[in-house]
Amino acid sequence: MTADDLACQELVEVVTDYLEGALAPASHARFEQHLAACRFCVAYVEQIRQIITTASAVAPQRLSPAAQQRLLRAFRGWHSLEPTHPHESV
Amino acid sequence: MEATEQRSESTATIDSQSDAEAASTACLGGDKALVEALRSGCEASFAVLIDRHQASMLRVAEFYVADRAAAEDVVQETWMAVIRGIDRFDGRSSIKTWMFRILTNRAKTMGQRAARVVPVSAILGGAAAEDCAVDPARFFDARHPQWPGHWCNPPTAWALGPDDRVATNEAIEVVLLAITGLPAMQRTVITLRDIECWTSREVCNALALTETNQRVLLHRARSKVRRRLEQYHEVPRPIRG
Repeated sequence: MTADDLACQELVEVVTDYLEGALAPASHARFEQHLAACRFCVAYVEQIRQIITTASAVAPQRLSPAAQQRLLRAFRGWHSLEPTHPHESV
Repeated sequence: MEATEQRSESTATIDSQSDAEAASTACLGGDKALVEALRSGCEASFAVLIDRHQASMLRVAEFYVADRAAAEDVVQETWMAVIRGIDRFDGRSSIKTWMFRILTNRAKTMGQRAARVVPVSAILGGAAAEDCAVDPARFFDARHPQWPGHWCNPPTAWALGPDDRVATNEAIEVVLLAITGLPAMQRTVITLRDIECWTSREVCNALALTETNQRVLLHRARSKVRRRLEQYHEVPRPIRG
């Protein structure tokens, strides 16, 4: 390896910046050069991608039917009222 | 519009098929149709909005205020402001952005009242060993003649199951558990980003974070979740070095 190389230990700390597109062009290029030569880091980045995919399959939390009912009851009242409150405008 | 026409005096939930359809018609039409339905008092459309956003609203409110009860108050106030202010929504942002701006403003006010606004620097500061993405022992020492800082105990590809593109229920469960166990700020950020699929811009706005701080929190969160999922998938085996 040369002094220019990214160590694996450094790569794992910037993987989020890489995936978010937040690395400067030179760093981005170094990151990809490293990946081209290191199957372990390829596996690592793939694992992070799998975390993201897996998390997106988690069912988002939903409101209980009772709580939803309460809000919907309130909705009827709110909707029939004229908006008068000053901090409702944003 | 269909959502309005199908509004019925007896239906208060989206349980009934027709109401659910009416609501989804309003949604498929995008914000404009949804806003029109809300303006006309369509309860099914409000139910859609609740279903989509309530959990995230609570999560964002909890980021600012002292406890769950205070967060629920902020969310309730926000809903009221959304409904009563819907006539003044100008469509220049998405309704989601508009709603969360109302929420964040209220939560911040409430949070300041409760003296609970924590400077992010206090949470980001002091990167300890546990904040390393990967256990330093997994890498060769910095003085290693040939491979300083390179893997000595590398990760291996995870077998995801019959279809590699689909996470198994078990893996989903592990990820959810890992996320639940994260420190609050990290948990909020990764939940909004990776479960609720918000953009980084949306998260930064709602949580009043800089892009950099948001990324730091997301990075720590994902790294910790990866460690947990790795424990589930494999027992790492050292290689010779």
